[in-house]
Amino acid sequence: MIRILAIVIISWGIIGTIIDAANGIGPSAANWRDLVVAGLAQGAMYGLIALGYSMVYGVLGFINFAHGEVFMSGAMVGFFVADKLFEAGLWVDNFILAFLIVLIASIATSTLVAVIVEKVAYRPLRAAPRLIPLITSIGISFFLQYAFFGLFGPAVKNYPQLPTWLTQKRDIFGVLQIEGTKIVVLVVAVVAMTALYQFVERTKTGRAMRAVAEDKEIAALMGINVDRIVVTTFAVGGAMAGVAGILWAMLFRGVSFITGFLPGIKAFTAAVLGGIGNMAGAMTGGVVLGLFEGVGPQLVLGGLGIPGVSQLKDVVAFTALVLVLIFRPSGLLGERLGSEDRA
Amino acid sequence: MTASTATVDRPVRSAVDVDWRRVLKWGGLMGLTMAFVASIGMLEAFDRRLIINPYLSLGYLAIGWIPFAFAYATAHEEVKEGIEAPVKGLRDVVAGAAAGLVGSAGLAVFIWMISTFSLRDIFVKLSPVLVRLLTFDTSVATGVLIWVAIMVGLGALAGVMHVVTPRLRKALFSGVAWALAVSLLEAIVKDAFDEVKLRWLSSWAYNLNGGLEAIPAIVIAIIAGIVAYRYGGTIPKARRTYAGLAPERRLRLSVIGIVLVLALFIGLPLIVGGIVNELLANVGLFLLMALGLNIVVGLAGLLDLGYVAFFAVGAYGMAVLTSPFSPRFAPALDFWVALPIVILIAAIAGLMVGTPVIRMRGDYLAIVTLGFGEIVRILFLSDWLSPYLGGAQGISRVPFIDLGPWEIKGSNPKSIFYLVAVFVVLAIYISWRLQNSRIGRAWTAMREDEDVALAMGINTVTAKLLAFVTGAILASFGGAIFAAKVGTVFPNSFSLLVSIIVLVVVIVGGMGNIPGVIVGALVLIGVLGGPTQPGLLQEFQEFKLLIYGVLLIYMMLKRPEGLVPSAMRSRELHHEELTQDAWLAKEPEPAADGGTA
Amino acid sequence: MAMLELRGITKTFGGLKALQGVDLVVNEGEIVSVIGPNGAGKTTFFNAISGFYPPDQGEVLYKGENVAGLGPDDITKRGIARTFQNVRLFPNMTVAENVMVAQHCRTRRGAWSAIFNTPSFRREEAEIRRKAEEILSFFGTRLVGYRFDQPAFVLSYANRRRLEIARAMGTGPELMLLDEPTAGMNPRETKELTGLIKRLRDEKGMTIVMIEHEMRVVRDVSDRVAVLDHGVKIAEGGYDEVSSNPDVIEAYLGRPAEESA
Repeated sequence: MIRILAIVIISWGIIGTIIDAANGIGPSAANWRDLVVAGLAQGAMYGLIALGYSMVYGVLGFINFAHGEVFMSGAMVGFFVADKLFEAGLWVDNFILAFLIVLIASIATSTLVAVIVEKVAYRPLRAAPRLIPLITSIGISFFLQYAFFGLFGPAVKNYPQLPTWLTQKRDIFGVLQIEGTKIVVLVVAVVAMTALYQFVERTKTGRAMRAVAEDKEIAALMGINVDRIVVTTFAVGGAMAGVAGILWAMLFRGVSFITGFLPGIKAFTAAVLGGIGNMAGAMTGGVVLGLFEGVGPQLVLGGLGIPGVSQLKDVVAFTALVLVLIFRPSGLLGERLGSEDRA
Repeated sequence: MTASTATVDRPVRSAVDVDWRRVLKWGGLMGLTMAFVASIGMLEAFDRRLIINPYLSLGYLAIGWIPFAFAYATAHEEVKEGIEAPVKGLRDVVAGAAAGLVGSAGLAVFIWMISTFSLRDIFVKLSPVLVRLLTFDTSVATGVLIWVAIMVGLGALAGVMHVVTPRLRKALFSGVAWALAVSLLEAIVKDAFDEVKLRWLSSWAYNLNGGLEAIPAIVIAIIAGIVAYRYGGTIPKARRTYAGLAPERRLRLSVIGIVLVLALFIGLPLIVGGIVNELLANVGLFLLMALGLNIVVGLAGLLDLGYVAFFAVGAYGMAVLTSPFSPRFAPALDFWVALPIVILIAAIAGLMVGTPVIRMRGDYLAIVTLGFGEIVRILFLSDWLSPYLGGAQGISRVPFIDLGPWEIKGSNPKSIFYLVAVFVVLAIYISWRLQNSRIGRAWTAMREDEDVALAMGINTVTAKLLAFVTGAILASFGGAIFAAKVGTVFPNSFSLLVSIIVLVVVIVGGMGNIPGVIVGALVLIGVLGGPTQPGLLQEFQEFKLLIYGVLLIYMMLKRPEGLVPSAMRSRELHHEELTQDAWLAKEPEPAADGGTA
Repeated sequence: MAMLELRGITKTFGGLKALQGVDLVVNEGEIVSVIGPNGAGKTTFFNAISGFYPPDQGEVLYKGENVAGLGPDDITKRGIARTFQNVRLFPNMTVAENVMVAQHCRTRRGAWSAIFNTPSFRREEAEIRRKAEEILSFFGTRLVGYRFDQPAFVLSYANRRRLEIARAMGTGPELMLLDEPTAGMNPRETKELTGLIKRLRDEKGMTIVMIEHEMRVVRDVSDRVAVLDHGVKIAEGGYDEVSSNPDVIEAYLGRPAEESA
């Protein structure tokens, strides 16, 4: 049935691409490498955002639609800070310092937005059937998008130019040529994820978070302040999204009120792909999705001879979403849900 | 509790026994919200429309309701069942006024900031015009003082609202609401009065530049208030009696009600002008979609976020089949010949979407359908499919509908409205009949507890597919008419936004509840407007999506059953009264062995 | 041929062996009680029989046909109905509607006839309603009259349990699985329900398998008793036989502190 059809189509596409490559048609090896690297960088970003979705789903059992806007808000505020720093000259004079300031601003904003949303909209609905917070989160997503639109206008805001020492391509082991920005993105993402992993696995709060995700009632009986842990979960997810916001800015430089929508959905796909509720899964899912999105259109669709492949990038992502949810909703690494949520 | 409760003294609290934390919280929120409303440009944009000429513009109203509402909330105390309601007195007025004061402090800071610093490169709407409006065209200091006076006054007024009897309170709110409504609905009222030769009345009431004149506004408010005061209790009482009636009588009353509404519907386009007709046609199209989504979400409980895809299928299907300009495949059929084919295609689409999602849990189902919706839109937009579907340019020259003596086309909005109305009535009938049938009960059971529904022998697979197919068909009706009306189909008319707005209509109206959906469509699409189409109040164009978001959040938090709760839900809300009435009416049942009931 | 025969029913959840090779035979017209300490696997047993999840191993032979692995709706269609331990009514549907919707698999009129309000549709709807009222009147005066159109959530606890059974009856079964039907009831209500269960068998010809904790009910009503402990059937027989079985006593109460040598 559909599964077989999907496999056939994908294989056909890949074979087609291989044949093309053998005949010298299509992207060169260097281009492929670029696609892979770009996919990895983007995937790292998706992974960071996916963590927020995954943690909230693990703890409260619903999809926080507004998380994409949490990411966007960090990037937006980061822009204003960066812009001011650029005007003040700090951006050029001491880029590293400026970058750190912008990073902190972004993280602070995202965290703040996430926490406020939780307090205002999700906490009162803690006991409601799960579709209600989902619908509410759609409302919040809308509200945030159009509030930002109203406050800051529809124009795309472009971050100031990054210094050339950062953007130039560097040689890695003489094999790969990657732009500095992408290296930074990957490094920062890895650092952030590792920090988070340590936090969740090793610290007391992290343990409490896992306990609350497992079973809220029992965690409360163990003396854990569930409300505070939920806030922490949102805060941490928000912080990760804030980091992702800056990485986005570095890769794509432009941010507007709708910047959060697509990456939000893709990050959710990544979270499910890796296994919802499972943090390693979110990170893995992000990278896999990023790769698939970067390479997939050219690999599969190009091989099938479909024109305008880059337009269909999003179709690839959405199709991945649909296929994952239909065929393997528990994800690659398995879901980790609380006792109430397990089917 | 004896009958002489009146003699029991409930404690009167001191005027300064105020919950200061609450005052600070609500006052702070008040200032923040007012700053927000100003910063997104509402004050400026709405200032052009006058409610009461020349005293009150919609802009000032948009910012001025906030102190009142938030001060009201400050003095509000949750009354728990079985506990004495606290006595409202001077303390509430003080609380309200205090909140107003705190809020005005916040607003003052805001006004000072925007007039001193240039924040316009960040917050694009902080223009000099805004500063002028906020300072009432005087200096910052004077402006702030005026605001302090206004807000403390409004706050105190809100506090007073707590003290007066509920009946008086409702009457006052009614009066204000009616005056506001008459002012906002100026276009409709004027057209209607023109038609029934009452133009002298509308030119007395309305100012030439828009808005009500002061005296007529007050007159309307007073009349509405008096009516509300005298007859205020009748609506809830009527609703209770209605909910408590036996099903057959309820049915008869509903039918009478529906016939009356239909008569109004049919009569209305004849007396209003072209713009309003266009609006009504729009409302009708959205209503058609909302009725379809109501079956999927409201009855069957399947949250379909990609519903617009079916609308698109209907529109594109009609376009391809009827337009001579359809690329590649242009049979150029007649609308009525193409319609059954479109319905069939939509049904197949419904099956295709429904089949993979059968076993998914609710939130995953929502996301997958969202994915489907987006995939459809992107594919319709793509270069790849443009040889068949026109790509970004879409398909143009979709012919208007020929109905013998009548021509139904976009340039004649009245005709479109009537066609849409016919389909809407059809959709209402289908929804209603399905709701009250075996399949309707199966859907409700599935929605309430899917596992148990399975245990009842309900084949949830067929039930879900049926819901999807029915919803798809209704949406495709809307799409087909839309294509004929607009004459061109662009892929960008079919975005996620449309799905979400239809969802908001269904939810705000009341899920699973047909009258609610109608009211929802009328109020939301009619007043605020659809995703691209403006509503009655053009000024809302910029802000309507924001308002939709807020509405959705508010409804979910405060009133998830919707504006017009269904009979089922209405029973929920009044069940204590109903059981009490029933208990009083009949003797308690004799138990077989004298056991408990 | 026995009405229901369970052979070697096994169900494991992760590391937990909820059911291990349970056999049971239920003959037509019997009332069989399944008892055992908490956690013994009784509700899992019911879930495996009624299709909520398939048994990992074993056969569920209903009138000779193996229905193990079928979905709950298919099993209900074949004539097995069940009630739930924590009453799971459709809270916002009325009392009558709860019993009407239970008749879904015994009725046929679909969407077309609903939309066109055909005579056969109207006839079937009237019949559904009549049948629901008839079933509800089986419970005396408790669930009739003005109760028909009350939403289920207004009912008292005992009435809800009764409605749960009424709803199971609505599916037109021959075999009923009652999961702790008297849980939470006071002695008077329990006595009444016991009589009801007997009437279900005597007047309606139901075969009943019942999970119960209240031993008086088990004693009054059962033809046979099966005892589960830790997923294994440890005894079966008449009530007196089983209640004096030392293994059963041990399962409930534990071993005496001093074992006789």
